Amino acid sequence: MDYATSLGLLAPELVLALSGLVLLLVAAWGGDESARVNSIAGAIALGGAFALSLSAVVDGASGLDTFAFFGQFRADAFAGLAKLMIFASSIAVLMIAPRYFERIGAMRAEFPVLVVFAALGMAIMVSAGDLLSLYIGLELNSLAAYVLASILRDEERSAEAGLKYFVLGALASGILLFGISLTYGFAGTTNYTGIAVAVADGLSTGQLFGLTFVLAGLAFKISAAPFHMWTPDVYEGAPTPVTAFFASAPKVAAIALLARVSLEAFGTQADAWRQIVIFAALLSIVIGALGAIGQDNVKRLLAYSSINNVGFILIGLAAGTVGGASAMMVYLVIYVVMTLGSFVAVLLMRDAEGRPVEGVSDLAGLSTTRPVLAWCLLALMFSLAGIPPLFGFWGKFVVFQAAVQADLIALAAIGIAASVIGAFYYIKIVKVMFFDDPVDTVKGESDVPHWVLLGLCALFVSPLGYLLIAPLDNVADLAAASLAVIP
Amino acid sequence: MGGFPILSVMLAVPLIGAIACLFLDAKAARMVALLATLVNLALGIVLWANYDIGGAQWQFREYHEVFSGFAYALGIDGIALMLIMLSVFLMPICIGASWEAITHRVGEYMAAFLLMEVLMIGVFAAQDIFLFYILFEAGLIPMYLIIGVWGGQNRIYAAYKFFLYTLLGSVLMLIAMLWMVNEAGTTYIPYLQEYDFPIDAQTWLWLAFFASFAVKMPMWPVHTWLPDAHVQAPTAGSVILAGVLLKLGGYGFIRFSLPMFPDASADFGWLVWGLSMVAVVLTSLIALVQADMKKLIAYSSVAHMAIVTVGLFAFNVQGLEGAMMIMLGHGLVSGALFLCVGVIYDRLHTREISRYGGLAINMPAYATLFLLFTMASIGLPGTSNFVGEFLALAGIYQVNSWVAFVCTTGIILGAAYMLYLYRRVVFGIQTNEDAAAMPDLSTREYLLLGPIAAAVLWMGVYPESFLAPMRADIQLLDTRLAAAAPESDAQFAIGEGAPPVEEHAVGEVH
Repeated sequence: MDYATSLGLLAPELVLALSGLVLLLVAAWGGDESARVNSIAGAIALGGAFALSLSAVVDGASGLDTFAFFGQFRADAFAGLAKLMIFASSIAVLMIAPRYFERIGAMRAEFPVLVVFAALGMAIMVSAGDLLSLYIGLELNSLAAYVLASILRDEERSAEAGLKYFVLGALASGILLFGISLTYGFAGTTNYTGIAVAVADGLSTGQLFGLTFVLAGLAFKISAAPFHMWTPDVYEGAPTPVTAFFASAPKVAAIALLARVSLEAFGTQADAWRQIVIFAALLSIVIGALGAIGQDNVKRLLAYSSINNVGFILIGLAAGTVGGASAMMVYLVIYVVMTLGSFVAVLLMRDAEGRPVEGVSDLAGLSTTRPVLAWCLLALMFSLAGIPPLFGFWGKFVVFQAAVQADLIALAAIGIAASVIGAFYYIKIVKVMFFDDPVDTVKGESDVPHWVLLGLCALFVSPLGYLLIAPLDNVADLAAASLAVIP
Repeated sequence: MGGFPILSVMLAVPLIGAIACLFLDAKAARMVALLATLVNLALGIVLWANYDIGGAQWQFREYHEVFSGFAYALGIDGIALMLIMLSVFLMPICIGASWEAITHRVGEYMAAFLLMEVLMIGVFAAQDIFLFYILFEAGLIPMYLIIGVWGGQNRIYAAYKFFLYTLLGSVLMLIAMLWMVNEAGTTYIPYLQEYDFPIDAQTWLWLAFFASFAVKMPMWPVHTWLPDAHVQAPTAGSVILAGVLLKLGGYGFIRFSLPMFPDASADFGWLVWGLSMVAVVLTSLIALVQADMKKLIAYSSVAHMAIVTVGLFAFNVQGLEGAMMIMLGHGLVSGALFLCVGVIYDRLHTREISRYGGLAINMPAYATLFLLFTMASIGLPGTSNFVGEFLALAGIYQVNSWVAFVCTTGIILGAAYMLYLYRRVVFGIQTNEDAAAMPDLSTREYLLLGPIAAAVLWMGVYPESFLAPMRADIQLLDTRLAAAAPESDAQFAIGEGAPPVEEHAVGEVH
């Protein structure tokens, strides 16, 4: 393997790294006036990276040809699909953020730079073939994310969110690193393939501890219960476009990463991690559902909703099969669209002076005052609740199908019964919008990019989304098949 | 019919109408909705006329692999045909019933109703198990909005209750469906109906399906969503709920539980009988003491549906035919009764029985039609419900005479609460001045009630028209069930002491 081939496989990451550095210089010398240009340039760079990742997904790249730098890095279809989602949601965030920040006079030139670097970190995360490259990607993403959370320097909530995210994220990184070192100590390698060989005959106690700590650290990053506590606070405090970013791209990256570690490095020992994953999945579903019930802040509510959704995704992982991995990817695609759509809808909620409105009660009677917004939110809410014929149902459908095919019927039955609890707060939002008397708080004017994005998301989750099932299944199957070791 | 995809067209017409209604003002939306439902009624008549009785089991089939994982597969047998006819017949009446009663957000209201029609026809015509599930569940959304937006005082509680109850019931069914498809390797319902699932698995599958259909039916003790939903829904919403949505449960039993899990169905026969017996007696007694007209009719629906389940789980041709006939008859009659309540509700805006009285004096035409539907609800010979109830009870009598005995008391209790209702509303002295001043039926109301009255009499006098298309399908189902059907209790009944009914219901495990 020569370095040229390896670098060729790294093309999307190289594009992002170089353009990130250039944008940083532009931001440093150009000041905040260059923010607009930087956003557009950042979006173009991400678009380029998106295009470069596309071929691996379509071709279903897999096997040794996708190994760069001696297995440190993999550019297979699985990573490719995750990268497409990451880059697409990053572009979406760059599309919606400038208007939001400009409105409150806080648009900074470093914002797009941070998004690009975060995306780069995530791309490395999903492509990592080694626990150490995983860690580098994770930290690159996290450091950018901590700053993003507190980008509104003058606002207390934003600073608080950044600090909380940083302290707890650092703790999680520590746990993860501890797990990595244990795994290294007892397996003798940090490479996934090497670990898979080392644990093929069963896990030693040390390896089991390593696995547990790695999973705990990653559960933190995907905000799966019982490591979810930071999520509502950070989601509420961070500026809404940043929250939309946190809820979409890093989730995809961390989940894809978790899947790769579980299925590739520890794929032969599925029984060892399955119970942890099942525990986290069911707990996330229940806590996500119950926690959301009492919330009056839409962003907090969506934070719990994301915890809830992570639980469903983990059910796909618990299946431990190619079908389960494919189901996870399908769910992730749908989840990312639903999440982005919901947060864009939150962005569109503004009072007469243009200040953001975040209370659930402010939505009252929205269906008479802002019918289009209300109908889009209705579609998104029913979709998040998994009610057919909206497309969110299909995500739940495939993960439960995978669980049933893997003979985890009890898990599927409990999980789906618990989803009914979650349905309660989704239909509560619909109730507030459609049944209650209008309060007419939401009346601020709105921006075209936001409407476009919301429209696209609503269209995707509408029954028309079902027409996408075949191509979606196809790429997800190719992606899952490209994961190297699955029993 | 050649290659004309009539079922798809019947789905497309109301769907296009629904989308159009969203963008139209009140007046235009009403016209579009009426037009769409009438076109669908016409198409339904064409469908019935072209249905080949004695021909292939599944007709008007369409099959397209547009989705991966499940197919767009439509097709109907006689049972589905009859239920589709019921839906398309009631829909224009629902639109007519909402013509003046609904004044705000008319476009959205009409859109929700047309969407309901799409989903109901789709459920009855679906031949792919997942397509069925999607359409079956999707009905929750428009119904949630109909109850919640246009309902009465306590509508929000009712909407929640309706939504969560039915959702909880059906999600477990989804897991069962996933397992079945995984096991049988097909999503095509006709194949699944012939697949023999392992006996021990049948038990769990049957229970999962039962959880869903029992809630939809609704059976005691999971019926409590129904009175709330009925009372709070607008008149047309109640008509659709009682007329068609309740039939989804019975249809589910006929289409899924019985043919797919015959052994489990037989094993659980005692459970269904027991719950049905309790339902017949208990809900009839509850109906007797209701002060709210809609609630009374809602409880009577639960009692009628219990006779449907008894008929279904009699495992013979009479029982099955009877169950189908009650479903059709009850769809018409309860729909008409809700309309009758709606007629006077529109005038006085109360459903309290005591606020009325002596309506026969100022509303003679109304009193006559109301009497007809009251008698039909009781099951008077010559009306639709008589045929069904007689057949269903005759069917169950062959299997278990005690169940038949208890369920037959439902007819007597039915007469009690319906006649009591009728006496208090229509006869007696006119104590309430405002009620006495109400005008008689308008032309619109004649047009709503007249066709139902005709259909009720037709079904009562010449039920063969409705039984003929279903006969072959029911025969087929009976053959499928024959091996598992429970033995008749006739030979054991003689000379034995009569066991208490409830114990009998619980204790008799086959």
